[in-house]
Amino acid sequence: MDPASAKVIGAGLAAIGAGLAAIGVGNIFGQYLNGAVRNPEADAKMGGRLIFGFAVTEALGLIAAVVALALAFA
Amino acid sequence: MASPLEQFAIQDLTAPLFSIGGHHVAVTNSAIFMMGAVVLSSGLLLAGAGKGAMIPGRLQAMSELFYEFIANMIRDNVGSGGKKFFPFIFSLFIFTLFGNILGMLPYGYTFTSQIAVTFFMAMVVFLGVTLIGLFKHGLHFFSLFFPHGAPLFTAPILIPIELVSYLSRPISLSVRLFANMTVGHVLLKVFGTFVVTLGSFGALPYVLGILPLAVTVALTALEVLIAVVQAYVFALLASLYLNDAINLH
Repeated sequence: MDPASAKVIGAGLAAIGAGLAAIGVGNIFGQYLNGAVRNPEADAKMGGRLIFGFAVTEALGLIAAVVALALAFA
Repeated sequence: MASPLEQFAIQDLTAPLFSIGGHHVAVTNSAIFMMGAVVLSSGLLLAGAGKGAMIPGRLQAMSELFYEFIANMIRDNVGSGGKKFFPFIFSLFIFTLFGNILGMLPYGYTFTSQIAVTFFMAMVVFLGVTLIGLFKHGLHFFSLFFPHGAPLFTAPILIPIELVSYLSRPISLSVRLFANMTVGHVLLKVFGTFVVTLGSFGALPYVLGILPLAVTVALTALEVLIAVVQAYVFALLASLYLNDAINLH
């Protein structure tokens, strides 16, 4: 297998990681909604932590996306 | 078709001004936007702080919004010992925020999409926080790596894990910001290409290009949100690392 096609296959495999991180992000928002339904007054307190949890989870998915981009275009 | 990564190329806008160790230093588009971020943010905040009226006008209210947002964040996450680090965290937040937002302007360049820039910012935070902790606690700072109340025989396993996790902080901090900005702008570029390609395809011109255009508009809104959120998360994580160093547990 020549390097060029191996790179493109690697890029496709790395994009699977981005899909797996989407499960984590959905988990964060799902748990937040679950808690917000049970305890609506905690919404103001937990809003900041929701955004923070989303950002750090999304970062891992984007690291996989950067690997895919680096393989596909460079 | 041009690569979507070409938008991140750093271009020299002037002739080389001087050289350091064989590398020529010129004014680049990245440097212009960094200077623009500093000038714009300083101008807005200083103009807002100018009169200091008791009942704030709109500009002063906006400056006070920024100030209170970061001051509350530091008070909640670091406690009273964090007050003297407010200028540092505030500068980090404002620089990252204006850098991300200036990249959303048409023909704007996102200097926070360069790993060199974000790695330097993250290393400043990491080294600064470690030195602050070492100066404050001396060698007792290393008790950070051994969680309180864990049984002693787990130490040989826990301490390397905690050490590696501590040393990975600058990497994760820098890559989070760089990856978010790079992937966001690549996505916008790719959908922009779809608008042009699909618009010139088919019997009626432009009709097929409307759907990618709608997606591009939605993505632009998402990117503005992510620009603000990533600046907030950078500053928040810097505060959390500061809290770990100052109040050890």
